[in-house]
Amino acid sequence: MSASDDVLLEMRDVHIEGFSDEQWHPIIKGVDLVLKRGQIMGLIGESGAGKSTLGLAAMGFARAGCRFTQGSVTFDGTNLLSLKDSQKRKLWGTRIAYVAQSAAAAFNPAHRLIDQTIESANRAQVRPESESRQDAVDLFQSLNLPDAGNIGSRYPHQVSGGQLQRVMTAMAISARPDLIIFDEPTTALDVTTQVEVLAAMRDMVEKHNTAAIYITHDLAVVAQMADVIKVLRYGEEVEEAETRTMLNSPKQAYTRSLWSVRSLEKPQEKGDDIVLSMQGIHAGYGKVRVLHGIDINLPRGKTVAVVGESGSGKSTAARVITGLLPPSEGAVHFNGHPLPAALKDRSTEQLRQIQMIYQMADTAMNPRQTVEEIIGRPLEFYHQLTGREKEARIAQLLEMIELDETFLDRLPSELSGGQKQRICIARALAANPDVIICDEVTSALDQIVQEGILKLLLRLQKEFNISYLFITHDIATVKAISDEIVVMYNGKVVEQGLKNDILQPPHPEYTELLLSSVPEMDPDWLTQLLASRT
Amino acid sequence: MHPVLITIIKRLGLGLVTLFVVSAIIFSSVTMLPGDFGEAVLGQAATEETVAAFREELGLDKPAWQRYFSWAGSVLKGDLGTSFSGRSASGVDRSRSVAEMIAPRLKNTLFLAGVTAIIAVPLAILLGLSAALYRNTLYDRTVNVTTLTTISMPEFFVAYVLILLLSSLYKVFPSLATVDPDMLLGERLNRIALPAITLTLVIVAHMMRMTRAAIINLLASPYIEMARLKGASRSEIILKHALPNAWAPIATVVAFNLAYLVVGVVVVEVVFVYPGIGQLMVDSVSSRDIPVVQACALIFAGTYILLNLIADVIGIATNPRLLHPR
Repeated sequence: MSASDDVLLEMRDVHIEGFSDEQWHPIIKGVDLVLKRGQIMGLIGESGAGKSTLGLAAMGFARAGCRFTQGSVTFDGTNLLSLKDSQKRKLWGTRIAYVAQSAAAAFNPAHRLIDQTIESANRAQVRPESESRQDAVDLFQSLNLPDAGNIGSRYPHQVSGGQLQRVMTAMAISARPDLIIFDEPTTALDVTTQVEVLAAMRDMVEKHNTAAIYITHDLAVVAQMADVIKVLRYGEEVEEAETRTMLNSPKQAYTRSLWSVRSLEKPQEKGDDIVLSMQGIHAGYGKVRVLHGIDINLPRGKTVAVVGESGSGKSTAARVITGLLPPSEGAVHFNGHPLPAALKDRSTEQLRQIQMIYQMADTAMNPRQTVEEIIGRPLEFYHQLTGREKEARIAQLLEMIELDETFLDRLPSELSGGQKQRICIARALAANPDVIICDEVTSALDQIVQEGILKLLLRLQKEFNISYLFITHDIATVKAISDEIVVMYNGKVVEQGLKNDILQPPHPEYTELLLSSVPEMDPDWLTQLLASRT
Repeated sequence: MHPVLITIIKRLGLGLVTLFVVSAIIFSSVTMLPGDFGEAVLGQAATEETVAAFREELGLDKPAWQRYFSWAGSVLKGDLGTSFSGRSASGVDRSRSVAEMIAPRLKNTLFLAGVTAIIAVPLAILLGLSAALYRNTLYDRTVNVTTLTTISMPEFFVAYVLILLLSSLYKVFPSLATVDPDMLLGERLNRIALPAITLTLVIVAHMMRMTRAAIINLLASPYIEMARLKGASRSEIILKHALPNAWAPIATVVAFNLAYLVVGVVVVEVVFVYPGIGQLMVDSVSSRDIPVVQACALIFAGTYILLNLIADVIGIATNPRLLHPR
């Protein structure tokens, strides 16, 4: 054995290629990674940096369409890349476990949770099945799952996302592996749930002295979990350092740029000229009532951020405003006049005034239309522009979103995530709207790209005096863009007010919970928070 | 009551409504058949008076909607009516009840369909699973090409090739599949071997390809990757992680093919001279024996509806989301 005894995993000069567009492209370009027993390493970087690929490579696994071309992955003295599949399978699930990003998708819908939890331990006959079952219940208990004794007999669709993610942690730990790969395990969760899941995962790996690789794009999260942090970009290592060193004094400019995104903050401005107001709105889907009498006011030329966890009714409120979902009670007023409740009853002029930008720019554009067609359509529909006039206006709009005319003939599939969202912004702008509803428009984007989009939105607001209703669950985004904040919980407005008033204590109970759950770039944040909550 | 039970009862109700609509369609299309029933049944020689008397006796002079409701009413009471055949211009009536005519034929058809299903369904699913397991290998391609070849050939051609091979050149099975109720099971099986093999070759491809596609479709799911990373072997992944989620599409295609075995096999019956219900229906259409045609069509429609209902129930029963609601 070349490695010293306390080295668990040693990856040397790992190269991985992926196959697309009829050729092989490098994804990982020679990364080294050394992990000691019981150590937790955070892997961070933007999407496309190769974090997940590297995480899976630590298991000796390459996804379909990917291949190792160079290097070695030595786990506990064995080079995984020289093993046959059947030999690697003996390690997977028992000595190296994996926790996937979306627990809802990673659990088999056809089997009960406990059977999936103990599957690996059973296959490897770590212990008798009855003991594994008891052990799983104990794990559920220590992960603070409700009704730990019986939750295992449920199916994946019967429990919440946060609970599933904890069950998956139990599943990973069931066979007592030496190494767990956590692949963005809390990205799909609300902040309030994320705190609990983070705490549970950290306890587990500490208690069982398990080594872990924690993959995320969220710096504040990785600060809570990792002993060391490695920053990746374009499949190469940018730098690696002990967590506190990395947070306090990152060496590379790229790392510093990642750190600085969160500092974007806009001074709040008060507005009295209400352009849009929701008054006593009740709405729901069928028998399910989602909104229970909400009032939200949007001042002209200002940004109101609507925050709350999933299920709080944020997006339903947006659907009511646009007329997609007529409310059962109450009305939406625009410039002091009530708008018809249903989309089909609104005039073209009324439709033009309120535009929408969506979270998934991908699915919000027709994949068969070019940028020119996508932006040109509202110009024809609302402003009857054709020919040269239309072309000139499209060019102008592209300039506004900081893209040029070379994009005209591109299809959405030929754009990056940030570019797609910019095209969606241009499409909304094309209508010359008074109000734009932004539904989680930056949630699917990397932090640096997010910053660009937010700056663009702020600039456009200043130039054209547009009002934004900004739906988000990300408090950093709220700080960056809003003038006022509306906190929603369970279909009700908990409070609405100027940004600084809402963010300053004292808070109502729910706002307190929400704000305190937002991870901070302080490695001690989670520990202190948990201590303060008990 | 369990929501699944409610769903099943609803489907059953919908099935009955469908059957009712189908019965109306059958009746009106039979009514629209060209030619005069009386003349067709009694022959050219019949005098106008006999034909008129015949029409009156059968109620053919009444308006169509009246005839439909009296027919539908007696079907509901379990009475499929009396055949038109066996009557002659001379007024001698040797006609038999429709039920009496159909029963033995239907039994034969169900027997052939059952035997074929017992061979074909497990065979198709096994082939589909193994093709998915070894996908893109020589085995997978061989299975695909072979089954595609058999489904691409007209069934009468498959039948004659089999007769040539297994009956003429090598005398393994009889080429005529005439059966009668007194035969022993072994002898009956021997008689229907060739039609059963023919039908198996015809329906296996569809079911096998659907099984393979349903499984491969699921192999891209995140939970399959998770299963791999938990150390599951290829066969475990297919059987334990993919198959339980694939029953619904498989059941649908199996039901479709089983229905075909009951309602679509007239060509095979003719080739092997097998006394099934398909031949009976074709004969009755040409002899304008309306009650028999209507009864056969109703049985065929019922078969489709029932088998699809069963497929739906299997789809529900294997979906934990429906079986175990939140």
